[in-house]
Amino acid sequence: MKAEWLPRTARRLGALVTVSALALVVAGNAATARTELLVYTAVEADELAKFKSAIEKAVPDVTVKWVRDSTGIVTSKLLAEKDNPQADMVWGLAATSLVLLANQNYFAGYAPKGLDKLDKRFYDAKNNPPLWVGQRAYGSAICFNTVEAAKKNLPMPKTWADLVNPAYKGHMVMPNPNSSGTGFLMVSAWMQMMGEQPTWAYLDKLHDNMSRYTHSGSAPCRLAASGETPIGLSLAYRAVKSKLDGAPIEFVFPPEGLGWEVEAFSIVRTSKKQELAKKVADWSITREAMDLYAPGYEAVAMPGVPNPIKELDGVQARFINNDFIWAADNRIRILNEWQKRYDGKSDPKR
Amino acid sequence: MQTAASPRVRPRLGTDDWILRGTMLAVAALLFVGILLPLYALLSKSFQGPDGGFVGLANYANYFSNPALVYSIQNSVTVTTVATVITLVLAFFYAYGLTRTCIPCKSLFKGIALVPILMPSLLPAISLVYFFGNQGIAKELLFGNSIYGPIGIVMGEAYYVFPHVMTILLIAMSMSDARLYEAATSLGASRTRIFFTVTLPGIRYGLVSAFFVAFTLIITDFGVPKVIGGQYNVLATDVYKQVVGRHDFEMGAVVSMVLLVPAVIAFFADRIVQRRQTAALTARSVPYQPQPSRGRDLFYLIYCSLIGAMILAVLAMAAYASLVRLWPYNLSFTTYHYQFDLRDGGGWAAYRNSIEMASWTALIGTVIIFVGAYLVEKAKGFREGRAVLQFLAMVPMAVPGLVLGLAYVFFFNSPANPLNFLYHTMTILVICTVTHFYTVAHLTGVTALKQMDPEFEAVSASLKVPVYKTFWRVTVPVCVPAILDVSMYLFVNAMTTVSAVVFLYSPDTALASVAVLNMDDAGEIASAAAMGMMIVVTSAGVRLLHAILTRGIARRTQAWRKR
Repeated sequence: MKAEWLPRTARRLGALVTVSALALVVAGNAATARTELLVYTAVEADELAKFKSAIEKAVPDVTVKWVRDSTGIVTSKLLAEKDNPQADMVWGLAATSLVLLANQNYFAGYAPKGLDKLDKRFYDAKNNPPLWVGQRAYGSAICFNTVEAAKKNLPMPKTWADLVNPAYKGHMVMPNPNSSGTGFLMVSAWMQMMGEQPTWAYLDKLHDNMSRYTHSGSAPCRLAASGETPIGLSLAYRAVKSKLDGAPIEFVFPPEGLGWEVEAFSIVRTSKKQELAKKVADWSITREAMDLYAPGYEAVAMPGVPNPIKELDGVQARFINNDFIWAADNRIRILNEWQKRYDGKSDPKR
Repeated sequence: MQTAASPRVRPRLGTDDWILRGTMLAVAALLFVGILLPLYALLSKSFQGPDGGFVGLANYANYFSNPALVYSIQNSVTVTTVATVITLVLAFFYAYGLTRTCIPCKSLFKGIALVPILMPSLLPAISLVYFFGNQGIAKELLFGNSIYGPIGIVMGEAYYVFPHVMTILLIAMSMSDARLYEAATSLGASRTRIFFTVTLPGIRYGLVSAFFVAFTLIITDFGVPKVIGGQYNVLATDVYKQVVGRHDFEMGAVVSMVLLVPAVIAFFADRIVQRRQTAALTARSVPYQPQPSRGRDLFYLIYCSLIGAMILAVLAMAAYASLVRLWPYNLSFTTYHYQFDLRDGGGWAAYRNSIEMASWTALIGTVIIFVGAYLVEKAKGFREGRAVLQFLAMVPMAVPGLVLGLAYVFFFNSPANPLNFLYHTMTILVICTVTHFYTVAHLTGVTALKQMDPEFEAVSASLKVPVYKTFWRVTVPVCVPAILDVSMYLFVNAMTTVSAVVFLYSPDTALASVAVLNMDDAGEIASAAAMGMMIVVTSAGVRLLHAILTRGIARRTQAWRKR
């Protein structure tokens, strides 16, 4: 049986395609040579294009190549690569993560030009030159869906203490600190304000009201915006966008104090492009950069830059005196305790 | 025939033998690097401390002393068992309706039942939120219970595995011997009695196989519990949480090893059952032909329509969700959520990457897997080599995607590994995906090759035609339908898979399915649904293309099958 099922040329072509396909897959991944800076970031996807073009305009010999993912994934990736770092720079990642990585000798210290113009709480004051320098900050907030709350007759909470009200039972959502930096931010802030033991007592009561804990930090406010929950404990940033889309949502910034987190940058110690990275670092704390950072965030590192979003203006005054080093050192211990107490449907009082 | 006393003659190895052995070694080496070495890296990681030193069973001791983590085992087994049983029952009657009754539009119903295969498991879960979430249109049906938790997981998983279970049962039920029914009827057995003494025993292997397939798929699935699991922790989400949330790779490795246990048990149980199955159909069998029966046919028509409608409704809801501006406050239609470049997850590039990845997986995977199947089935001699290859080809079936993905991280990202350069590339995603779906594709190839008379090879060899010529001119054309099936299977699975690649993608190689996960995670649920719909549309398009190709090529290459 001679199966002439394809003409001869087609057969040869088929073989050729197969061989060159294999070759392409291998060759296609070889790096292209350009002065490209590999930058790991957790900045929201819709902001990246604007930062890239601004950086490339200010530093003409650089091409920014973003590696973007959520805070948890970027941190995991950096840790997984610690024996063989791929990134040249980490830019726009939570300072808590940067402290964790700095402890592993990940970064080279550098004091960008104009560092003295920044708020001292926004950069690494323990090291000189600093191992990380902050760009902007976001704080925790309560997102309150007025329509859903009215249906259930829920009063608007004004303080953190209000949240233990039994009326809220089953109507609250917050991020799981074990999978979300935002969740940990809140727990760590409460501990720094109230002390550790009273915070666990507070969390026990909060747990009774919680309908669930989300994996992601921004999800609770999103869920409040879409009416899935009347009350979400999270960040204002995402919900500001939903509000503009027409979601019936109000923000509460409890006066007891807000946990907050700095978004900062660091230069990777093993990078072969130190000079280029330093130029980007210099631009990153200019006034021009600060104006680009401001929308949606409660504060930027340079004092006196106005906030374009009215509701967020002045919220910065409620930021607690956050001890990032304490938070990084006690993180795993607190997370383990939290997991034992509240993770899973096992008896919450355990 | 050789007698025991005669001296053994070792035939000299010819060129053909060397070609076959060389190729066999190459495929085996690929599988060895693709599955066994990474699994070893994972196993050793679970015995290491954060600094890389050996700590013995300390990680395991930590794991089992943490009540929240141990509780997940119980949760996983509970929801998996419940979802498996529910799916078996639902799919049983659906398949029964399609094989043992005279309802109209059978091929339409069959097609509808396969729809869930086209989507990542995240999508039905998202759709369920729109049905039964706190703002869901049908939340009253849950009587105040929350969809976030075991109820949601069971519903989502039942949807996700329905096509797999239904297909297995459909095949089992279509292989029945009408003579048994005739005998039972003439002996005066009642309908119920026939059902329990003929129908059920006839498909018992199919049922058991379906049970284990469903159990493994569900316990290792990550998409549904991730979206809709709420506070209800299961093993699959624990692996993710340990690695991504806590950066605790060692504990992630431990949970992976725990997740491997049920998957491996199910795998071996299924193998044992398969081995005991003897041919139910013989040459003398008469295929069962259902006779019309008004009451029964009407009942099954309603039943199948109901299930089919539910399957389509979940898809329709996902499509609707992706087009509404802001559910439930602003119901105007918009394509706003399809502007993926404004969102997390990698934008439209992720979608293009997925297509690229799926195409490479289909192309390269089909070549390697089919050649591997050929060597296992058709190569003469070298029995040990074939046995090793067959074993390696079966291993991926027992390894959950999340476990495979994490194992790849440990193995390929080690600076000591000469293959380190593959890390963060499209190539590693293709290797991982081919490996992940190797077994089913391999079995499809083996089945097709088994149908070919071994005399083709014998005759070619005696005519001194080199083995590769026979392969290319005879074997491949004859097996074209199976080859197309394998490539479509690989393509669709590469489009929809999340579990293995979630640890492996890089920003340059973000994938559509992972984008669905990340957008849902960030609360961009409508965009997640939109990307999910892009995957469904693409997979459906490829399936359609496959159907057209199969028909066209079959006419040219399969004419010999007809008399």
